[in-house]
Amino acid sequence: MLAWTIYISFLGALLARLSPSKGLARAVALLTALAGLGIGLVTLHAWQPGELLTITRIAWVPQLGLEYHLAADGISLTLVLLTGLAATAGILFSWNIEKRTQEFFAFYLVLIGGVYGVFLSFDLFLLFVFYEIAIIPKYFLIAIWGSAKAGATGEEAGSQREYAAMKLALYSFGGSALVLAGMVATWVAAGAHSMSFDVLAAAHLSTPLQMALFPLVFVGFAVLAGMWPFHTWAPTGHAAAPTAASMLLAGVVMKLGAYGCLRVAMMLFPAGMNPWGFHVLGLGSWREVFALLAVIGIVYGASVALVQRDFKFVIGYSSVSHMGFVLLGLMTLTQIGLDGAVLQMFSHGVIAGLLFAVVGRMAYDRTHTRDLNELGPMQLGHAIPFAAVTFILAGMASIGLPGFSGFIAEFQVLVGTWRSFSWMIVIAGIGILVGIAFTWRALTKAFYGEPTPGAVEHALPPITFPEKLGALLLLASTLVVGLYPRILTDLILPALNSPLFEGLRQGAWR
Amino acid sequence: MTPWILQNLWLIPVLPMVAAGISALLKRRERGLSAGLAIGSMTISLLLSLKAFAEALAHPALQVKIVDWMQFGDQWVQLGWLLDPLAAVMLVMVSFVGLLIFIYSLGYMAHDDNFARFFCFLSLFAGAMLGVVIANSLLLLFMCWEVVGLTSYLLIGFWFHRPAAAAAAKKAFITTRVGDLGLLIGMVWLYSQSGTLIFYGYGNGCLEQRAVTAMATHATVAGMAVSTAIGLLIFCGAVGKSGQVPLHVWLPDAMEGPTPVSALIHAATMVAAGVYLVARVYPLMSGSALEVVAWVGAITALFAACIAVAQNDIKRILAYSTVSQLGYMMLGLGVGGVAVGMFHLITHAFFKALLFLGAGSVIHGCTEEQDIRNMGGLRKFLPVTFATYSAGMLALCGFPLFAGFWSKDAILHAARGWDVSMGPFYLGAIGALLTAFYMTRQMYYVFFGQKRTPAATVTPAAVAAHGAGHGVEPAVSPRPGEVCAVEDPHESPSVMTGPLAILAVFAVFLGFVGTPAWPWFQNFLNGRGVAWDWAGFSEPGLVSTMVVSSLIVFAGLLLGWWFYGRKPIVNATDEDALESLAPPVFHALGNRLYVDEFYGVTVIALTRFCAAFASWLDRWIFGGLVRLLAWTVTGVSWLDAGVDRFVVNGGFDEGCREVSRGGRLLSRLQNGRVQTYLSVIAAALVVLALWLLWGHRG
Repeated sequence: MLAWTIYISFLGALLARLSPSKGLARAVALLTALAGLGIGLVTLHAWQPGELLTITRIAWVPQLGLEYHLAADGISLTLVLLTGLAATAGILFSWNIEKRTQEFFAFYLVLIGGVYGVFLSFDLFLLFVFYEIAIIPKYFLIAIWGSAKAGATGEEAGSQREYAAMKLALYSFGGSALVLAGMVATWVAAGAHSMSFDVLAAAHLSTPLQMALFPLVFVGFAVLAGMWPFHTWAPTGHAAAPTAASMLLAGVVMKLGAYGCLRVAMMLFPAGMNPWGFHVLGLGSWREVFALLAVIGIVYGASVALVQRDFKFVIGYSSVSHMGFVLLGLMTLTQIGLDGAVLQMFSHGVIAGLLFAVVGRMAYDRTHTRDLNELGPMQLGHAIPFAAVTFILAGMASIGLPGFSGFIAEFQVLVGTWRSFSWMIVIAGIGILVGIAFTWRALTKAFYGEPTPGAVEHALPPITFPEKLGALLLLASTLVVGLYPRILTDLILPALNSPLFEGLRQGAWR
Repeated sequence: MTPWILQNLWLIPVLPMVAAGISALLKRRERGLSAGLAIGSMTISLLLSLKAFAEALAHPALQVKIVDWMQFGDQWVQLGWLLDPLAAVMLVMVSFVGLLIFIYSLGYMAHDDNFARFFCFLSLFAGAMLGVVIANSLLLLFMCWEVVGLTSYLLIGFWFHRPAAAAAAKKAFITTRVGDLGLLIGMVWLYSQSGTLIFYGYGNGCLEQRAVTAMATHATVAGMAVSTAIGLLIFCGAVGKSGQVPLHVWLPDAMEGPTPVSALIHAATMVAAGVYLVARVYPLMSGSALEVVAWVGAITALFAACIAVAQNDIKRILAYSTVSQLGYMMLGLGVGGVAVGMFHLITHAFFKALLFLGAGSVIHGCTEEQDIRNMGGLRKFLPVTFATYSAGMLALCGFPLFAGFWSKDAILHAARGWDVSMGPFYLGAIGALLTAFYMTRQMYYVFFGQKRTPAATVTPAAVAAHGAGHGVEPAVSPRPGEVCAVEDPHESPSVMTGPLAILAVFAVFLGFVGTPAWPWFQNFLNGRGVAWDWAGFSEPGLVSTMVVSSLIVFAGLLLGWWFYGRKPIVNATDEDALESLAPPVFHALGNRLYVDEFYGVTVIALTRFCAAFASWLDRWIFGGLVRLLAWTVTGVSWLDAGVDRFVVNGGFDEGCREVSRGGRLLSRLQNGRVQTYLSVIAAALVVLALWLLWGHRG
């Protein structure tokens, strides 16, 4: 049944495109997203811990051994749930799209379908196909419906949108190229008869080959996960995208990258993280290199966010910082760190979605500015208190306040980090502190700035019902997971202990 | 058979939290319901706390309850709660003082628009604070601890329309989080080392013999035992929360919050949570860690007392006094053990809450005036407030037989007998002198002399001087002489004076539960019975310490009278008596020894610089690389296009023209609209997928 998340999304895209009225397109989109979420929840309900659910497995290109192989384990299901949540919330927050509505939702649902496909693919080639399907609609969503940087108007704005869209597409395809190269090499080395994960994971590739392929594929995917220094597409892309697209970009598309890192790079090339046997600048393995890049990303993203004037850039850079935790957790190669990393994928997806919703939909669509210095005098805390409260809650979740999902995720990553690279925890900790500083700075500047004397207060349109619904949906998710993490950890941990990750466990698992 | 109260101990924190949750959903105008929920839930919590206290009296041994929470890597993480005398005492104190302050807030906040929200936050705070107290796991404690910090943030910034309040809230949150980072790292380390964060778990807890011994013998860098390192990291969290030097800067600014908040959170309970935390993890604190605790406490005690001498805002004086007293508590923990520090915590909670509520009553009576220079002679207008405030002031100074006397004396006595150094004792003794001095100064300014109504005498210089005293936020500091002049000060309603009177009784008599002759409190914490025994006084050095400290208090009071009481202060703009004696010193103290400014040019400037640099790097270096690449590709493309156009195409064109004529027909299909293409592709994909799916079923 899980596979229907994919089909329904593509079908919904078609229907939305063909629907005669805007209202119908919206309704179709919402129902489609809800159906996806519903399917995810039903599957969750019936889930057997540790299960590897094969959904379909049929030959596709028998000559090459390619299969149409969909399957899900706990990690996939976690991310499918995230996709359902983010998609539903994103549609609620784009209820006010009036420009080419039908096409907007069509692209949106194609993107969603592609994302579901990636998370459910158990064939490397199929995963790659869905991965590419997901990239294309992103370009159009940004180039057509996007917004420009604060202050730009007219033609300049258009070129900025296109710049951002193109930058994002190029980065994505650059990453894909690396992945493609790694994929072909793996296929050949594994005997050129199958691309299914179970076959590849059991192929026992030689250690030198794994060491060569691992960085290639890892970087290829990590580009999309916003790994420093390949992160620059993220802030510009997020900022230029329309609200729903930034929610999806930060919420699920960045997870595609992180998921690829785990599912492909780490699962297939576990020996690639073994020590080189020599040291360069004190680094002795790819694992240490990427852990260092991740931890740099945490501090770097947070500190750049601290000095941004554009509200969306603040959140965009915060995504870079939080995704650093995911990558760091992966590189700890401890069970607890990996668990935390996957949980952080979910957590960041929900929280970043919420933050972008407040910034893009609630604030920007009403005030038409994202400049923090211009937002301040508008006293948004008074004008739209719901947005302010949502931002406070989302900000608290984002800085890892206990009770929200971010805390339990980051805490597990930190414990894993402590076991693997103790000293990095201090740097990551500084990143957390700067994270608090920029969140609170943005909060006070945007919502509780000083009023300009004599300024006329413009009445802003009140927060609409779909917005409230979307915000509550996301807030509830982060709270539920924060208070009762077993909902997800009971999915993730058994999956990490499954035979698929045998190689990782035998290697550097501590 | 687990006692009923232990099974249901979780109700104590959860009830106020539920009340907060419900009132968060209420409409703003449902003021009565919100307050009723808060006070009702707090009353039940108090009753349950008393029951827990009775249980701890009957069975002083520690009792725990543990539940599984989630799987954490390869282990189960457990949470739970515990009941021992330490927790029981704190439970009763927090819920009792909390309830009194809730009631007081009914009067104090009566005119506020966001009355309902205020009680929602207060309940949430109380719930989280009670959670800190009963947590049997460092993780649970940390979670509640953060919620406490959050509510503190929300309540400091309650009047967020005042920029100073918003800034103070932000500062408080970030500063305490700096300390919390240490706590977090300590927690991670502790977890990695002992595999559990449960304090006491039938021999497997991280504070129990086995784990502690293992950690104490395990050395880390520089020969420091792991337990010492972890203890110090946890202490970092306490430093942040309890406003110890060097992270004390947020606490005085936190006075921007409503006064009941200052009383409850920033005097009686939350700031004491740091002290409680150290007391809770005391088994981890090795000798060298305790030395650090003692020194930090002693330095804080004196440092803050010095600054308090030169402040003019009634609440800020009390805030620095709180910082100083928290220093005493830490000192007590460091040199004398849990009971000594905790005794001062409890007595201080009562008399400092009393002082803050008294100050609130003064502010309320003077229509929001906070500058003591603009008060004076208030004892005639606010007799109840004056009487109760005096009791609190004497207790704080450590006047013989008042509550503060017994608890502070126990600390000084322990410091004197500390075998490492006499330094903390001297610091503490000088601090005690200053405490008596600045409190006398405040009393004379506020309650004695004549009412100063200096509406006409305000000078720009006075305003500037006052603004400087407040450092960063001159915009909202009280403007001298603007408000008090309007009408006569009035006594507060009985809903406010009632709690004052109750607290005053405790401020006077509470000390008698822990006198050397009848050390009930100390013995209760240590799980021992108690008997009346005058011989307690015969401990060597005890009586002499008491005499010395009493003399110190008298000296402080006398000095205060000498400077401020001899000649009544006539004008609000008059130079402070100390200011005329030593202007540079007074100004330096008035500016809080420039600690804020120091942080401004060091830590904050460095962070800003790094952030700006990284932003620049992103924009020009990484962005530049992307652009360079783009230009290169475009350049090469142009080159290729040129080659194609002029070299390759020349002969080819003619042939192509023929072909293209034929192609024109087909080109109608290609109308150039990418969306149409994609629709076709999407449709094809769907068809393909369906075909694949069904094709292989049949």
